[in-house]
Amino acid sequence: MVLDAKIPEGPIEKKWYNHKFNLKLVNPANRRKHRIIVVGTGLAGGAAAASLGEMGYEVVAFAYQDSARRAHSIAAQGGINAAKNYRNDGDSVYRLFYDTVKGGDYRAREANVYRLAELSVNIIDQCVAQGVPFAREYSGYLDNRSFGGAQVSRTFYARGQTGQQLLLGAYSALARQVGLGTVKMNARHEVLDIVVIDGRARGVIVRDMVTGEIERHSGDAVVLATGGYGNAYYLSTNAKGCNTTAIWRAYKRGAFFGNPCFVQIHPTCIPVSGDHQSKLTLMSESLRNDGRVWVPMKKDDPRKPNDIPEEERDYYLERRYPAFGNLVPRDVASRAAKLECDNGRGVGASKMAVYLDFADAIKRQGKAKIEEKYGNLFDMYQEITDENPYEVPMRIYPAVHYTMGGLWVDYNLMTTLPGLFAAGEANFSDHGANRLGASALMQGLADGYFVLPSTLSGYIGGTDLPKVSTDAPEFAEAEKDVRDKIDRLMSVKGDKSVDYFHKHLGKILWDKVGMGRNEAGLKEAISEIRELREDFWKNVRVLGDTNELNQSLEKAGRVADFFELAELIAIDALHRRESCGGHFREESQTEDNEAKRDDENFSYVAAWEFKGLNEQPELHKEELTFEYCKPSQRSYK
Amino acid sequence: MNFNLKIWRQKNSSTPGKFVDYSVKDIAEDTSFLEMLDILNEELIAKNEEPVAFDHDCREGICGMCSLHISGEPHGPKRKVTACQLFMRSFKDGESITVEPWRAEPFPVIKDCIVDRSAFDRIIQAGGFVSASTGSAPDGNAIPIPKKDADLAMDAASCIGCGACVAACKNSSAMLFVAAKVSHLAHLPQGKVERKERVLNMVAQMDKEGFGSCSNTYACEAECPKGISVAHIGFLNKEYLKASLS
Amino acid sequence: MGWFLRFLTSSVGQKFIQGFTGFFLISFLLVHLAGNLQLLNPNVEVAKESFNKYSEFMSTSMIIRILEIGLVLGFFFHILVGTVLYFRNRATRPIAYGDRRPSKNSSWSSRAMMLTGSLIFVFVVIHLINFFVKARFQGETDMYTLVKAAFTDPLLSSFYIFAMIILGFHLNHGFQSAFQTFGLLGKKYEKFIKGFGTTFAIVISLAFAIIPVFFLIGLGGK
Repeated sequence: MVLDAKIPEGPIEKKWYNHKFNLKLVNPANRRKHRIIVVGTGLAGGAAAASLGEMGYEVVAFAYQDSARRAHSIAAQGGINAAKNYRNDGDSVYRLFYDTVKGGDYRAREANVYRLAELSVNIIDQCVAQGVPFAREYSGYLDNRSFGGAQVSRTFYARGQTGQQLLLGAYSALARQVGLGTVKMNARHEVLDIVVIDGRARGVIVRDMVTGEIERHSGDAVVLATGGYGNAYYLSTNAKGCNTTAIWRAYKRGAFFGNPCFVQIHPTCIPVSGDHQSKLTLMSESLRNDGRVWVPMKKDDPRKPNDIPEEERDYYLERRYPAFGNLVPRDVASRAAKLECDNGRGVGASKMAVYLDFADAIKRQGKAKIEEKYGNLFDMYQEITDENPYEVPMRIYPAVHYTMGGLWVDYNLMTTLPGLFAAGEANFSDHGANRLGASALMQGLADGYFVLPSTLSGYIGGTDLPKVSTDAPEFAEAEKDVRDKIDRLMSVKGDKSVDYFHKHLGKILWDKVGMGRNEAGLKEAISEIRELREDFWKNVRVLGDTNELNQSLEKAGRVADFFELAELIAIDALHRRESCGGHFREESQTEDNEAKRDDENFSYVAAWEFKGLNEQPELHKEELTFEYCKPSQRSYK
Repeated sequence: MNFNLKIWRQKNSSTPGKFVDYSVKDIAEDTSFLEMLDILNEELIAKNEEPVAFDHDCREGICGMCSLHISGEPHGPKRKVTACQLFMRSFKDGESITVEPWRAEPFPVIKDCIVDRSAFDRIIQAGGFVSASTGSAPDGNAIPIPKKDADLAMDAASCIGCGACVAACKNSSAMLFVAAKVSHLAHLPQGKVERKERVLNMVAQMDKEGFGSCSNTYACEAECPKGISVAHIGFLNKEYLKASLS
Repeated sequence: MGWFLRFLTSSVGQKFIQGFTGFFLISFLLVHLAGNLQLLNPNVEVAKESFNKYSEFMSTSMIIRILEIGLVLGFFFHILVGTVLYFRNRATRPIAYGDRRPSKNSSWSSRAMMLTGSLIFVFVVIHLINFFVKARFQGETDMYTLVKAAFTDPLLSSFYIFAMIILGFHLNHGFQSAFQTFGLLGKKYEKFIKGFGTTFAIVISLAFAIIPVFFLIGLGGK
């Protein structure tokens, strides 16, 4: 099978415009005859479900949370980028496009990224119209800030809760459609399989998480907007329920998985404090605008940070990257922190942390100014660690945060399984090998509000979709698969909890498929993951009943899928013998330990096709061409 | 640290529940309350007992999923935090802690400490939105919004919909939740067009769901993890009166 | 009329009724207090004359009769709506918390409105039997002597004093609560209104309570 990204013809700024004209339409009167299934109701799914409902389609939406308002999009703090150029500082759609392609280390598809930058402008308008309370200046106009080292102020924000406010905007639009009856919302429902009929995605198998009932739902198209798979690492900044199940089932049903090894590890998180730790908390990237990162010069220095004199501190980011200093991109900052800790200069009880020090900033700007800028973050830090960051330096360490990889999609956001679409973090997306700050919200909403309504209509309008019944044998078979898996999990009756396995899996991934990866380690990881997976299926203990709310069962099903995905992450990481973005292969680095990209051999999207469990998946390559942004080696020296 | 726990166990919505005593030992003080329950659950699984079911998701205080009534208060004794951001250092070693679900007729218990809060969704569906269909929006800067109004709207909009206000209120009133949304949207020009229908419909739905009325005890504000002010309730009342009279 | 019914039957509308009738009853309290303060005139003869005159006016005037209907309706709706809301609110929590610590998040007076209200109701009934019925229906003209006789009884006057303390608690919450219900407790005035409400509650209950004390300690003559 040859991958066709279906990139429209024409100059980049005309592609989306032309494409929309060329897409087939569905007559407004006919739309309600088409049922669309939307899985996941965060920014991408919620926005898509609401917009499709407004257009007149019959939408059936599913979420594992108790309400669409709780999706993990809610946790994004910093903001959302948009090329409005309200600050007159030379921003443009083209610049946002360029920055995103470059920030993604030249592993993204230009046409998609350009469209994203183009739509960013409409997103802000739409959200304002919905009543999203963006920060304003005294003039009453929208405020902006610069974020993640960007040289223009293009980030719109709502205090430190931008994700929350955007999600509540999408949620309210969705709620309106639910009230109007165009969208049927199913909260506390988990999609466990995709039903394929005549080569097209025509339905889903769903478990009602309250009654345990297994339901069949048919439709003309299925949208997966189920978020990322960072929780494969157990400890991550993701919500506890975030999972890969829906996209993994799609993969096993024929959708290709793109760039699974591109996992973003965020540099500023609160370090792990003990075995009890269940998740990691992100501290906004903006802290690096004023905080200075350092470690003691001496290895295993037992002194308290404030007792270490200036000359015995190593401000390693400022030393290694004099031009960007503490503001180097996320991947660079994360790797540098890991390197210092691996060299024995880590701090805190675990020795797996570095200092982020505000003493100079407080001296220079005054405590009040720092409090105004970061007060809520400092409070949160103190709440969690019981240390006062105004007095002692914060301890930070990188943590798994976002997955650039996901289901491979073409320009229409359709996967290789016709009729199955993927949006938001669930697709392999527009971020290449590294996502810039404040771009995840942008992508989720662009996909949901603007891309899918057009492209999905194009699919429905241009495809002959005979009615399908949920009595079809394909539904019965998929349901049986789901029931069998549940029965298998319940009948193991082993002696170890699901969390036990999940923690071990996470440790393998973090140690060997984390910030630094090498061939030997990745090979070990693959065999260790397989062994652990076998152990899981022999020894996991899942208590309770299947016909009622059962959190152990939910977790077990998700972890079972993480095991299979983890192997694919490692396989992809092993095959990509270059360093790029969030993927650092130790074999591919410059003399001074910087990442070395290999455009000659790896300038492609790796799309993996499922060939059976324990079988090597088949690699398909979507070659990337860069007509507008010419690849260059990133340098922050 | 060691703790004695008294936890509400209930198999499902149709079976009556009861308190069961547990104890946990050697808990590090920087363990979060939910992580302490994780530890208990691991011990229960090891003993072949079904773990305690409780709602949780983001574990960073923003999703509003966690909903535990701890030591007599929603989200526990600490102010302005959700249960997931409550750490065991807030308790005394050896303390007895009662853990139970939100109690309110419109929030029926699903299992153990998990309740059904879909009533909140239905209230939002009744009017907690601006009817701005995708694609219809003018430029974001077309209508300037005074910073004061935007800030006020943001104060109200920071509600996470956890339901602690209902859980804290002796009348199980949802007024703080409803008021926060009414106030958020009514303070913005975009929300003014529908403000009248919004407040009438949302209050009607709130009453229909079976929430109690507001006695102005202000327990909701005290227990709200986001510190949402009861001033919004006063605002709602005024909105409601105006909408009824006009 | 549909909108009006909807308003009155909604939870918010009923709070308006409570606040509105509450304010109306407060205004009655002020008038009542003004009349009663005549009792405190240390010159017993003057006090007696003016108070009895005032009582006669109150029990015979047409205007007062008309106002009385309003007062009865005020009481009636305040009690009716309060009771309806109380029982409806109570039903919203069929299973009580195993561990309840309401004092951590709210004041006693705000939570005990039904209790304080009920006690006040009992007081009002006794009070009416003691004085109002005798003046209005049994032709009693020397109300001063009647009051004096009642309040020199330690048991009865203690009851009156106790009732006035309860009234104080009821007013303390009720006053500012009504402002909140009307949406008049804006940020700027919140502190003032709450402070004023508390002061008002203390002053009113003290002023009423002084009367039995006045007679009890013999200041109204032997």
